[in-house]
Amino acid sequence: MQTHRHEVIIVGAGGAGLMAALYASRNTDTAVISKLYPTRSHTGAAQGGISAALGNHEEDNPDWHVYDTVKGSDYLADQDAVEILCREAIDVVLELEHMGLPFDRTPDGRIAQRRFGGHTSNFGEKPVRRACHAADRTGHMILQTLYQQCIKNDVNFYDEFHVVDLIMNGDRPAGIVAIELGTGEMHIFQAKSILFATGGWGKVWQISSNAYTLTGDGNAILLRKGLPAQDMEFYQFHPTGIFRLGILITEGVRGEGGVLLNDKGERFMERYAPTIKDLASRDVVSRAIYLEVQEGRGINGKGYVHLDITPETVNHYLQKEGEKRRIDREYIETKLPDILDFCRTYLGVDPVHEPMPVQPTAHYAMGGIPTNAETEILANAAGDIVPGLYAAGECACVSVHGANRLGTNSLNDLVVFGRRGGLRAAEYAKDADWVPLPDDPAGEIRAALEGIRNANGSTRPIELRERMMTIMSRDVGVFRTEEGMSRALEEIRELQETFRTDLTIDDTGHIFNFDLLEAWETGNLLDLAEVTAASALARRESRGAHSREDFPERDDENFLTHTLATVDVNGKISLDYKPVVITKHQPKERVY
Amino acid sequence: MEVTLKVRRFNPEQDEKPYFAEYTLKDVEPVDRVLDLLHHVKWYIDGTLALRRSCAHGICGSDAMRINGVNMLACKALVQNLIKGERGTIQVEPMYGLKVIKDLVVDMEPFFDHYRSVMPFLVNDTIPEGGRERLQTPEQRERFDEGTKCILCAACTTSCPSYWANGTYVGPAAIVQAHRFIFDSRDEAGADRLAVLSEENGVWRCRTIFNCTTACPREIPVTQLIAEVKGEIGRR
Ligand SMILES: Cc1cc2nc3c(=O)[nH]c(=O)nc-3n(C[C@H](O)[C@H](O)[C@H](O)COP(=O)(O)OP(=O)(O)OC[C@H]3O[C@@H](n4cnc5c(N)ncnc54)[C@H](O)[C@@H]3O)c2cc1C
Ligand code: FES
Repeated sequence: MQTHRHEVIIVGAGGAGLMAALYASRNTDTAVISKLYPTRSHTGAAQGGISAALGNHEEDNPDWHVYDTVKGSDYLADQDAVEILCREAIDVVLELEHMGLPFDRTPDGRIAQRRFGGHTSNFGEKPVRRACHAADRTGHMILQTLYQQCIKNDVNFYDEFHVVDLIMNGDRPAGIVAIELGTGEMHIFQAKSILFATGGWGKVWQISSNAYTLTGDGNAILLRKGLPAQDMEFYQFHPTGIFRLGILITEGVRGEGGVLLNDKGERFMERYAPTIKDLASRDVVSRAIYLEVQEGRGINGKGYVHLDITPETVNHYLQKEGEKRRIDREYIETKLPDILDFCRTYLGVDPVHEPMPVQPTAHYAMGGIPTNAETEILANAAGDIVPGLYAAGECACVSVHGANRLGTNSLNDLVVFGRRGGLRAAEYAKDADWVPLPDDPAGEIRAALEGIRNANGSTRPIELRERMMTIMSRDVGVFRTEEGMSRALEEIRELQETFRTDLTIDDTGHIFNFDLLEAWETGNLLDLAEVTAASALARRESRGAHSREDFPERDDENFLTHTLATVDVNGKISLDYKPVVITKHQPKERVY
Repeated sequence: MEVTLKVRRFNPEQDEKPYFAEYTLKDVEPVDRVLDLLHHVKWYIDGTLALRRSCAHGICGSDAMRINGVNMLACKALVQNLIKGERGTIQVEPMYGLKVIKDLVVDMEPFFDHYRSVMPFLVNDTIPEGGRERLQTPEQRERFDEGTKCILCAACTTSCPSYWANGTYVGPAAIVQAHRFIFDSRDEAGADRLAVLSEENGVWRCRTIFNCTTACPREIPVTQLIAEVKGEIGRR
């Protein structure tokens, strides 16, 4: 077993991890550990854009961005953190350009911006062009650009090292344990500061826009250390995933003028959101699609609706709304090349000629590891921090997204809080002493993994995953009820029990043993599914992405609070609550 | 459909040399991807099968491999485009030219070394007044658009006979990356990159075979970009 030492360790090499690494490595010995080669991270899948009130096409300002974000969050976001996000977004987008990011350009050479759901000017008046983009591969360009800068700045990487545990010495973090995929060997990394940037866990659900590798490892590891998970009941279902496959069709399609149509050819969002229609926030649009389908207006009565970006349809509605802009095929080809490619490849559908079949797809975790605006991980509802532990990006919950995230507000979150995290982690490491490693720091996780490697039960990990995805999609999806969620919780617990007592895997080797690590990831997904269901069950109201049929109204009196879930050593979940930070925008009814 | 999936397998902890394993898969849908078939084997038949994959829709570049003798991403290779009729065989092998570690997993380090050798990052330390963005016209931006699509999957480089013959050749992917910066109006290190690429292991090893262009899952006109870099070396 090898032991390494770095002042700062960053776990994860997506947008958040790489930005943190660029900053931390300026003045500390920093290393990035990632189970994937950095450029494989799912930040690369982000399509539509990164929002910042640059005002390159029309008037915009960060105050409007703050308002939209708070309203989008259904008033659950912490407004002090949202202020930071929206103001620093401008700064980081310009910084990305300076690093070389090839944004699309306006005719006068500035960064091009497009409309996106929930982003408006003048406090909800009309849609505004705030999403800075590079065609429909903005995330790809962010990931590439940050990685390029890391190469330029000689950042240390441990690629294809799978982190499986956090080493604590008492209540102080001392390092992490990782498995080198190529050899199967365990490595200990001692560190003063550890920042988690492990991304989301969309693989809890059946239809998902997330990568196979998004299994919430960092979150599950911290839960096992007794640290809380915040607002887990708020998971975003993006309205437009490719039917059955879940592959994302960016909201940018609607930003460019695309519309949703039901079986009757009706633009049904006019009924659900009369002012901004198809550009209402995601929770609103996903529910609308779900209801259309439930009421028999899915296409041919099936579980999907149409998303139409053909120039005929788009121009028809632009004209109807008195807008001057018109689009043609060539415009779609340059603005949405990847979307066209996905539809042509996987569906044989050509969106410049015909509509795309779409359904809601599990997409984004609003909840996660609770942190303050310095990305310091919080140990409890009182806000005590765990010195030396940080989190940023999708795995973290600051909370800037509250109960529902606006499109393009994750990529800016990654870079804004990635940067803050890198700076803070480095600053802390400069003065802190090394926390000594305890005896046999990898003992516990080694035993757990050997348990899986040598398990001789009869259930394959995939069986557990498929069951979990079915249960969670059925009972803890777009709409929820007491009955469904209780059933889900019980069934997920049975699966956890099976995981512990009746698992089997095939690969007992060491080199690239994905069989073993995917089984371990399955355990993580199950733990996160359980905490999600338990947090959701206790929230007896509807807010943002959490919609209950039995409690259809928002209840500010009782639930204008963040949920904090912890799991004790016996696996028992307890829930605690902490207040939402409200500064300028008092909660009011949310209409689009 | 019924598909016979032939997978070239090698487990260094057990096997002395690689061999082909055959799996008969029933009820395959024409729109299934080769990745789905590999998952089926791995999840339900033999969990020891090793391959890299993540996004499953052609964006992360993890699962380039040789499918029926041609480099593709397994997640973008639909069965209906490989088999006509009700049954057939699909053969899957690791990419050529990089050392096989286990099954479909190859050693990517030499590939990333070549990538790093061309200085794949913008060089320009001046920032416009007020910290605003540098200006670039849509036409200047368009000039290097193709190269920005690259996902570093290595399908091009490992389809290139010149690369198979000589692994010190930087290969098409690295040249595409260099092109992306050489033709970016904001960059100031074009000359340094061209110097690297005009060396023995640079662009001149390209014999214009076009395999790279065919292999690219992002439809980058790789051979053309290489030609433009060659032209630029001549011009400067
Ligand atoms: C299809 C799609 C489109 C999107 N489009 C947009 C958009 O247009 N605009 C927007 O703002 N947001 C968008 N989002 C959301 C946004 O892209 C993600 O929330 C964001 O990229 C997450 O970044 P991250 O850095 O937190 O994590 P990721 O990019 O997911 O990276 C996670 C990293 O953690 C590493 N890791 C995980 N577990 C371990 C472990 N156990 N050990 C070691 N390493 C580990 C991985 O290797 C990886 O490097 C989109 C999301 C999806 C899925
Ligand atoms: S799995 Fe990402 S490119 Fe195929």
